[in-house]
Amino acid sequence: MSQIAAETRQGHIEVRDFALSYETIDGAVEAVTDTQIHVEAGEFVSIVGPSGCGKSTLLNAVAGFLKPTSGVVTVDGSVVTGPSAERGMVFQQYSLFPWKTVRENVEFGLKMRGMPKFERARAARTLLGLAGLEAFENHYPERLSGGMKQRVGIVRALATGPKVLLLDEPFGALDAQTRIIMQQILTNMWQRLKISVLFVTHDIDEAIFLSDRVYCMTARPGSIKAEIQIPLERPRQQSMMMSSEFLALRRGLMSLIREESLKAMGGEITDLGMQGLGIELQGQSIPDIL
Amino acid sequence: MTSPEQAAAPAAPAAATLPSRPEFSARAARWFRLNQDRLRGLLIGTASLILFLIAWHLLTTYRVVFFVKFTNVPAPLAVYASFTKAIHDPKFLMHILLSCRRIFIGFSLAALVGVPLGLIMGRFKLVHEIVFPVAEVLRPIPAIAWVPMAIMLWPTNEQSIVFITFLGSFFPILVNTLHGMTLVDPVLVRAAKCLGAREASIFREVYFPASLPHIFTGLTVGMGVAWVSLIAAEMISGQFGIGYFTWEAYSLVQYADIALGMIAIGVLGLGSSLVIRAAGQLVMPWRSR
Repeated sequence: MSQIAAETRQGHIEVRDFALSYETIDGAVEAVTDTQIHVEAGEFVSIVGPSGCGKSTLLNAVAGFLKPTSGVVTVDGSVVTGPSAERGMVFQQYSLFPWKTVRENVEFGLKMRGMPKFERARAARTLLGLAGLEAFENHYPERLSGGMKQRVGIVRALATGPKVLLLDEPFGALDAQTRIIMQQILTNMWQRLKISVLFVTHDIDEAIFLSDRVYCMTARPGSIKAEIQIPLERPRQQSMMMSSEFLALRRGLMSLIREESLKAMGGEITDLGMQGLGIELQGQSIPDIL
Repeated sequence: MTSPEQAAAPAAPAAATLPSRPEFSARAARWFRLNQDRLRGLLIGTASLILFLIAWHLLTTYRVVFFVKFTNVPAPLAVYASFTKAIHDPKFLMHILLSCRRIFIGFSLAALVGVPLGLIMGRFKLVHEIVFPVAEVLRPIPAIAWVPMAIMLWPTNEQSIVFITFLGSFFPILVNTLHGMTLVDPVLVRAAKCLGAREASIFREVYFPASLPHIFTGLTVGMGVAWVSLIAAEMISGQFGIGYFTWEAYSLVQYADIALGMIAIGVLGLGSSLVIRAAGQLVMPWRSR
């Protein structure tokens, strides 16, 4: 499946004129507005932005869990109407089935497709071998470390040979060391399988290190503030994170995000925090003070 | 803290008599160390049961009257005597067997109806909206209060007793299953959908296993209430059964048999919840470590 995807370069994601709002008692609240993004076949694209900017909302719409209020999401020209196995997803909370062993978790997508038991066990073992998890195939997820759980999560999402892989802050709950190793594993797998990746994170280093291109989102209601090409050569090494090129990209992206984070927090601080603490702002705006 | 080591000491020489396994004694020592807590619990538990029996024995032999009267309470040895007599009495065994059969039928029916109904109510809003209000009104009615109604509803006494047992265990099973369904992690459902699972598969592969721990909580509670309800029903309207046996013993002034009946009920209740716990561990291997 993945070989075919590589040959015909499938997995082109297109999000056009996208807006999504929630209905509340006070009226509609816009989560994401006026957004255009695209992911070319085989490209690795990240979305960064301050928390609550709607980047996960956008990803969930691509996955088919949320319907856009206006606009359209297409994958290879066909409109996304609901979740499907052709768009694999990896969640921050791992979301492995606790009642299934590691191998049964990986087999799940294949089972849903009706693959015979023996065949899918063999396929799952091969994939687990690639992720260095064959020794744990009969373990229940509860007994694995966070990094191992997320490797299982990635392998499970890849098992059905999806055209695109969607990741929602997948390494957010991991410690720094494990996170770096996981990033390396993910890039290796991506290069081998040549599928399109849409990756949501709030970690700027992670976004630069992994991606071909990074979208930076504005504070709520979220929209695309900037699109940044990452010209770093591949395969990427951890040592690149110290290069002047990397640091320049980092600085640029950092200032973009900082602006938006302050915008997102500024209101809260003046409205709630500062008044409650009895701090006088003396007419200065929060960004000035900070 | 020192008691487990003392317990380990006599085991070491016994282990040394096995020459083919030189590390056996080391392993045994490790086993004792790892299971210290459990052994400690076992020791204290046994001691506490023995103390209870001694207290019971003293209170009854000296016929203590201190707010409560132990004048007519049978002594443990008297109860033991009636126990040895009873186990050779086919009538007593029949009482027990009949109670077990009523529990088995009533509880099984409650599980067979309650679990699927709870699962369906958790999944389909309309079913929940229709069934829930009725269940909420009927649920607080104690099973004993159903006895007159049950006698009117069912043609035979046997059926009405089984019905009471059914009612007692039905609501805990239903409510806990439903509770389990509401706690299913929505991210797991989304993960299943992303992997191509359809409604039936999601139900079978996600909702059901995710609810199992709560279903078993319901079954455990339900089994307890089933015994409570059964004994009450048997005392009121039975002609057989361990509840009837206990009440009959009171009417016939067989004081030792009262205690025997009570202990039998306790042992049966304990046994049946152990059976459920074992079944739970069998069905949910991911929960046992």
